[in-house]
Amino acid sequence: MEKEVIEHGFSMNRRRFFTGVGMGIGSMALGSLLMPDLFSGSGSTETGLAPGIPHFAPKAKRVIYLFQNGAPAQQELFDYKPLLREMTGKEIPASVRGMQRLTGMTAYQSSLPLVGSFVDFKQYGQSRAWISDLMPYTAKIADDLCFIQSMYTEAINHDPALTFLQSGAQQGNRPSMGAWLSYGLGSENKNLPAFTVLLSRGIGNGQGVYSKLWTNGFLDSVHQGVQFSKGEDPVLYLKDAEGLSRGERRDMLDKLAELNDLSYQEFGDPEIASRIKQYEMAYRMQTAVPDVMDLSKEPDSIVNLYGPDCLVPGTFAANCLLARKLSESGVRFVQLYHQGWDQHGNLPFEIAKQAKDVDQASAALVTDLKQRGLLDETLVIWGGEFGRTSYTQGKLSMDNYGRDHHPRCFSIWMAGGGVKPGIVHGETDEFGYNIAKDPVHVHDFHATVLHMLGLNHEQLIFKHQGRRYRLTDVSGKVVNNILV
Amino acid sequence: MYFKPTHMLCLPVKILPAGRLFLIILIFVSCKHLEPGESEIRELPDQVSYNFDIRPILSDKCLSCHGPDANKRKADLRLDLPESAYQALKEHPGAHAIVPGNPEISSLYLSITAKDSAQLMPPPSSNLKLTRHEIALLERWIKQGAKYEKHWAFTPIRKSALPGVDNETWCKNEIDRFVLSKLEQQDLKPNLETDKERLLKRVSLDLTGLPPTLAQMDAFLADQRPDAYEIMVDQFLQQPAYGEKMALHWLDLARYADSHGYQDDGYRTQWPWRDWVIHAYNKNMPYNEFVTWQLAGDLLPGAGKEQLLATAFNRNHKITEEGGVIPEEYRTMYVSDRTDLVGKGLMGVTLECARCHDHKYDPFSQKDYYQLFAFFNNVKEVGIESVIGGPETYAKQPLMEISNTEVRQLLHFINKPDTNRLIVSVMGDLDTIRPTRVLNRGQYDMPGDTVVPGTPASILPFPAAYPANRLGLAKWLFDPKHPLTARFYVNLLWQEFFGKGLVKTTGDFGMQGELPSHPALLDWLAYDFIQHNWNIKRLVKMMVTSATYRQSGEISPDKLARDPENILLARGPRYRIAAELIRDLVLSSSGLLNKSIGGPSVKPYQPPGLWEGATSGRGLLSVYQQDHGTLLYRRGMYTLIKRTVPPPSMIIFDASNRDICEVKRLKTNTPLQALVMMNDPAVLEASRVLAARLINEKNTPEQAINKAFRTIVCRKPTAKELKILVDYHQKIVLGMKEEQAVKLLSVGEYPLPENAKKKELASLMRIVNTIYNLEETITKS
Repeated sequence: MEKEVIEHGFSMNRRRFFTGVGMGIGSMALGSLLMPDLFSGSGSTETGLAPGIPHFAPKAKRVIYLFQNGAPAQQELFDYKPLLREMTGKEIPASVRGMQRLTGMTAYQSSLPLVGSFVDFKQYGQSRAWISDLMPYTAKIADDLCFIQSMYTEAINHDPALTFLQSGAQQGNRPSMGAWLSYGLGSENKNLPAFTVLLSRGIGNGQGVYSKLWTNGFLDSVHQGVQFSKGEDPVLYLKDAEGLSRGERRDMLDKLAELNDLSYQEFGDPEIASRIKQYEMAYRMQTAVPDVMDLSKEPDSIVNLYGPDCLVPGTFAANCLLARKLSESGVRFVQLYHQGWDQHGNLPFEIAKQAKDVDQASAALVTDLKQRGLLDETLVIWGGEFGRTSYTQGKLSMDNYGRDHHPRCFSIWMAGGGVKPGIVHGETDEFGYNIAKDPVHVHDFHATVLHMLGLNHEQLIFKHQGRRYRLTDVSGKVVNNILV
Repeated sequence: MYFKPTHMLCLPVKILPAGRLFLIILIFVSCKHLEPGESEIRELPDQVSYNFDIRPILSDKCLSCHGPDANKRKADLRLDLPESAYQALKEHPGAHAIVPGNPEISSLYLSITAKDSAQLMPPPSSNLKLTRHEIALLERWIKQGAKYEKHWAFTPIRKSALPGVDNETWCKNEIDRFVLSKLEQQDLKPNLETDKERLLKRVSLDLTGLPPTLAQMDAFLADQRPDAYEIMVDQFLQQPAYGEKMALHWLDLARYADSHGYQDDGYRTQWPWRDWVIHAYNKNMPYNEFVTWQLAGDLLPGAGKEQLLATAFNRNHKITEEGGVIPEEYRTMYVSDRTDLVGKGLMGVTLECARCHDHKYDPFSQKDYYQLFAFFNNVKEVGIESVIGGPETYAKQPLMEISNTEVRQLLHFINKPDTNRLIVSVMGDLDTIRPTRVLNRGQYDMPGDTVVPGTPASILPFPAAYPANRLGLAKWLFDPKHPLTARFYVNLLWQEFFGKGLVKTTGDFGMQGELPSHPALLDWLAYDFIQHNWNIKRLVKMMVTSATYRQSGEISPDKLARDPENILLARGPRYRIAAELIRDLVLSSSGLLNKSIGGPSVKPYQPPGLWEGATSGRGLLSVYQQDHGTLLYRRGMYTLIKRTVPPPSMIIFDASNRDICEVKRLKTNTPLQALVMMNDPAVLEASRVLAARLINEKNTPEQAINKAFRTIVCRKPTAKELKILVDYHQKIVLGMKEEQAVKLLSVGEYPLPENAKKKELASLMRIVNTIYNLEETITKS
């Protein structure tokens, strides 16, 4: 019976598709019917792009974004500025500061003394990239990484900056990057969402994250990021009630399908067929998700690679390992958020711990993907929402200082599918305050990532409220120099 | 498995041979050899209409470079105004974009048909392309004289003449004449009236948000009076739950929430305003008064506390508590938020597009935007009042304090449960005017020319007699000559009851929006609404007592093929109900529902860790402290909305996160929704409680199942349905073990009956839960 019903549903969908969906009128009812597979993309763009089909041959098929929430200080990690040490305690020259606005936290500070990094840097790999001693594991994979030293953004506070980096707009309510990719490319796995989200806390001063960051905005809600969390119920409401066996759940779904099909016979509403199918997909997810979340079968070599924390659910290391598994299973966009990088004060102490918390696992993820032959088709991104100031926030002492928010420049790295390995792109000035060469705006960054996935950012469009929206809004240029 | 365009067939489907209105729905997704959006079968209308045929093409494909936005205009050519389109081209004085009557010498026509890609319009780099059909339409329009018309939404509302129909007896009121006349033109017959049980469920959900009770069902089925339905409608309109249901769409529009909305997202107490909205709908406050109080209650002569409370409407927007922000940047955003709301939420236009530049499609300049902005720029507020984790500010200046005495004497509709200090953010202007300047690119730190309060002249110039403040703005909105206010709200309510608006793009009546499916009906309703003093209950009653509304939701294969979206209304509405109403249905049918109205928002069951996993630890809402007792069983609209982490079971069913003004929700159908219905403790607990009640009533299993089905689905089960469930129940009973039953029954905090037979109860609970999971249960059908 169940099979019949499902068949019925499909034939109904197809009929509806030919007679209704083809009319280009869009509809609240049509969205769900357009998706024969769970979480696959729906709707076509105006350029005739079919869901799941890129504009041109992609270099990467999937993305893992290791978002460093709170904004890591580039001066302590990847942007080596020896001049700052020499000038520590001296006021930042007005010519360097220019007209840059200051946050409310340092705007009223009577002096803005420069501060050099407490940590030493060395050069690694063929690119001779400078990497700080806080990131020894990352240093070892320097030849796999493409550093961008010249990222910049428009927002100066966390909420708008995060939102901007995730959705291309500072105000909420636009689709997140992962939602755009889900919409443009669909899912590779019938039983898992195309866009998943993993959170971890970190050690340093943290800034919150919020589910609106992984919103589908005005896109269909199947494109919303699905948060996978530690604990018994990795996806909300996934776990059946205690006392209900899989067989009993199957029984219930069969009865539901039988009863719903009676309604369908009476009403002929395709939404009923769709509802039956959604229950079947939910049922499949109930098995697929715990399978992928189960890290207990990982061999010792993998545990050693990611570090012992990877067996502690909810840590950054565990999420990195999980990200590999999800990505390996075909999840299009795995978004991690790791809190704890907001070092307004007490920076040397906090950032050392924070870096230690992420360094090994970040590098392990790249290495692991590489050894599985997946790095070529997976794009890994590591970075925060803006940079930090080269002058101190608060009191500067011999061994302590802080850094305020700085939108004018920050460092990120990328690795894997589509990106040139072992290069450094862009430069900041010797104060690490302004970009000296090859600036990369957030819109450029988005355009480039979409390009690597085979999508033209000017053609990945959704029309809403009379306007055509893009992840890159109305600008953005692909950074050709970092493409393979 | 994807359906790719190349797999599709193009079936010729003829919908409306004569009507030009519906040409828009004849667009087909591509066959291999056709451009997207093009089909072979479309005929050109004999008389091409500017508003319905041409303007959509110009707006969508041409106006971003040849439209109202002066900064982006190319070749100094405007195609949205006839005088500009007809005149000699600036760059080629011998040529004209449009020569009425003569496409061959119209450079517009020559450009859109150019073979040379350097000449072709739209240029290939724009990613825009005209279909052959669109080109043919433009050609015929020019041939027929290239006559322009004012955009329909900006023309005055006129009383439409009632159309004649053949089948007079079908019509119950004027709505039906407009609908039927179109159906008859298309040779379609309306569906029969739906059966009484389904009709009762439909109207009960629509008017109260709650399913009918068994007693109501029995009484209605037994009532043989010809006007039994109208009597029932009147009863529903008098129930306090009517105000709650009506408030729901207004809370979306007014972006009401219980948190400040940014970053760590602290708690706020705007809920007394929500209680006022419920009260206003219940006492059937006229719409003009309802909106005027909310925009400018504080400025009314003799304004009292109630009028002041109403203005909390415009303080519901997000307010930052993030340390280190630049206050003016945020204060500017608050003012913009109010301005955008006036556009989208009160007039249905996308004014917000003119915040950074002249509107690209609609006749709103950036100056227009900042003139409207000026009405809201005088509030005694700051960008940031306190930082999260600092002193809690549940309301921000300007604010009002509400004492217990006031609640007792004057504001009796506020459900204030304790004697704590209660404050609400409201409107209040500075004594001296804060000058308003156009902000270049919308940036707070790039001020340009100074402007004074005013309104877009393309809608309706601001009469000099009106005060240049928010009260004057309200008067302007409700000026009898205003073309948008009544059309917008009538359409919004139509969407409430019929599932989608007569103008499908509820928030965009502009040139990029959809055209109305029944323009004469929309205008008739809008005109009638104004004539009857903006009487909301009267309008609602007219809609739900129409024959159009009462049709069965059945979709015959023929109607599905000819009109899959039900644009012609040849069948009744059949839609999945809103997130909040799903919760209400579950609580109400199980008997758990706590019917108290208003009061502070509540925190029912929520999966653990959602707030805690996302916070930095600051603020009152960093940890989810779930409520207990009867607070677990409040209606969905009272679930606390923390904007940055909104209640998951609501969001999964497409509720708004209340970030900004929303006038239309998506209606999706996803696997996560199935998981909520199967596993949300709220649904499981309700299943258990209803099962216990049925057992306690000494029903046989079959009686119990029958009653559960009636209570939840709101109709009697068919013999076949009952048999499936009874057989299933027997199978469950046979397999049920004591320890399993104990586990199944452990869900929820509502106490188990003391002498419960656990296996019996758990078995019936599983049947009840199955019924809750039926498609029809959460569908208005």
